[in-house]
Amino acid sequence: MNVAVNGTAITARQLTRKFGNKVAVDHIDLDIPSGRIYGFLGPNGSGKSTTLRMLCGMLLPSDGHAEVFGLSVVKDAEAIRRRLGYMPQRFSLWEDLTTDENLHFIAELYGLEGDVEERIAQQRATYDLDDLRTQRAGTMSGGQRQRLALAAATLHSPELLLLDEPTSAVDPQSRRDFWERLFQLAEAGATILVSTHYMDEAERCHGLAIIAEGRVVAEGTPRDLMAGVEANVYEIEGADGSEAPRLVRELPWVHGVTQLGIRLRVLADRNVKDAEVQLRALLKQHAIDAQVELTDASLEDVFVVATRREKRGS
Amino acid sequence: MAANKFTGAMRRLRAVAIKEVRQLSRDRVTFGMIVGVPLMQIILFGYAINYDVRNLATVVQDDANSSMSREFVAQLKATQVVHVRYTTHSSDELARLMREGRASMAVVIPKDFERRLQGDTRPVVQILVDGSQPQLAVVAGGIASMPLLTRHGEGPYSGGKRMAPRRIEIRTLYNPEKRTAVQIVPALIGVILTMTMVLFTSGAIVRERERGNLELLIATPLSSLELMVGKLLPYVAIGLIQTTIILIVGAWLFSVPVVGRLVDLYAAALVFIAATLGLGLFVSTLAQTQFQAFQLAFLTLLPSILLSGFMFPFEGMPEAAQWIAQLLPLTHFNVIIRGIMLRGADLPEVWLQLLKLAGFLTFMMLVAVARFKKRLD
Repeated sequence: MNVAVNGTAITARQLTRKFGNKVAVDHIDLDIPSGRIYGFLGPNGSGKSTTLRMLCGMLLPSDGHAEVFGLSVVKDAEAIRRRLGYMPQRFSLWEDLTTDENLHFIAELYGLEGDVEERIAQQRATYDLDDLRTQRAGTMSGGQRQRLALAAATLHSPELLLLDEPTSAVDPQSRRDFWERLFQLAEAGATILVSTHYMDEAERCHGLAIIAEGRVVAEGTPRDLMAGVEANVYEIEGADGSEAPRLVRELPWVHGVTQLGIRLRVLADRNVKDAEVQLRALLKQHAIDAQVELTDASLEDVFVVATRREKRGS
Repeated sequence: MAANKFTGAMRRLRAVAIKEVRQLSRDRVTFGMIVGVPLMQIILFGYAINYDVRNLATVVQDDANSSMSREFVAQLKATQVVHVRYTTHSSDELARLMREGRASMAVVIPKDFERRLQGDTRPVVQILVDGSQPQLAVVAGGIASMPLLTRHGEGPYSGGKRMAPRRIEIRTLYNPEKRTAVQIVPALIGVILTMTMVLFTSGAIVRERERGNLELLIATPLSSLELMVGKLLPYVAIGLIQTTIILIVGAWLFSVPVVGRLVDLYAAALVFIAATLGLGLFVSTLAQTQFQAFQLAFLTLLPSILLSGFMFPFEGMPEAAQWIAQLLPLTHFNVIIRGIMLRGADLPEVWLQLLKLAGFLTFMMLVAVARFKKRLD
């Protein structure tokens, strides 16, 4: 990927935000390339939303600084806002206004030049809103609202799009469509920063930062993150209904055990070379007849290892 | 560039105002309140608040039972203040009627009524008043000073022959018939505007916050001042509509005149509406939820009604209350509106009150905008 050619849309250094004594965002560094979809993956309350809000100038950093398009998020917030589209986690358009009324209002706020009607018609077509022109947003389904929210956020053709958990209230098909549209926007040159707690969505991002307790605990492309995970992943098959999960979890070098149907997914410390042998021995010792096999790490494994390490470190 | 900036700001302002009107027109309850509140209030206050007391249920105990005492009772009836419901010769029954609240006033004429009238120093007649009801004591005082009861040879009955009573002439300026509606209706404009304007605006900003719209608005180029002014503009129009409703109903139902110029009246109303909206805006920056906003709005409403001179004369209030009243826009508006509507005052004659209202508005807007900016954080 030609990240270097694209340049950087967002940089943050030691960016910090405190609410009273609580540190919501804890000295994070970010370099987000332009023209790409970049994801923030993290659990609720990890500081994703707070970071996004600081980047669009809604919250002031307690410490550190951040630049968007080389402009300070503190001093040049107004200039940044014109080039930025923001979609809050909660549906934030007006529920008692129709699709057209909402879009017209947003168009006026951004002072859209040229043929506003034409631009709105374009957005309606792109986001499949033609049948909903006179429908009030309050009566729409989650997927319809989300399309409207994205249409509104992209109405003024922003260079940067900040999306805060955009798919949390949406069915799987709408999520797929939504991501298709994000890729189209990125292809057209927009930088997209999206926060999510869905692994499958995170996996679709060009770049990814895993955030836990206000810190970036891992960063890279999803592929690199999965390849570089500091754990070996083993799958135990045929041990369901036995004591195996408890036994395996008690091993000191096991980071985590997840049950997936009839399989157990074991995250083992990378430095333990004979993990597979030890696992087999353990199962045999307890007369559990199961297969043990080394497998590829998933993003969820990366997430578990990264957040575990963070917890131990702190 | 500067011109561009200005047109951009105007576009946003207009967009916010249009959006507000749209939302308002879809909120049927609120929309109904715009017309319903002034109508209900003026009819309620116009008919119910009545300071001029008439037809007071009265019991008469005439122990003298002479031609002169009967003439005295007839004179009492002629004032129309007194409506003699009961006559009795028993003090016990009189006391019972008063206690049961069937009579608000009792007139006791003693056996030696005539002797007392002729130079005796003892009181001629005793009037008992139900003090649990407001205003009645004042009425009794009025009756007591009726010419026929004055002693020491100046009353009509002194010396047994009728003399021309020395009447004290009381003239009431600006409201010769002393009709309460004439006093109430002008002040009611201010009360109703305070009620609706503070309620509507305080709810308006908080609603955006509660529904999550504010988070989106903050991320747009819309400034706090544009948002606030844009949201207030429709309510200015609503306030003027309400003023008109009150004026029309006041003239139609209660024959309340507008002595001064209508232009002056609307100009004053405009300044007052703006000041009240400023107050509502300030309230909205204090409240987190619409419910809190409503509570706070009522908190400002009660002193406005009680201390502004709407219900009770301003001069009669304790000094501390007068100071608080000075901070309420309604106090100053009451002076202005009564001046224009009843005394025919021009705007320059009420410049001090107008200035105070303008000062109030400026202060509230500054505080509201400053607080609002802070709250984004």
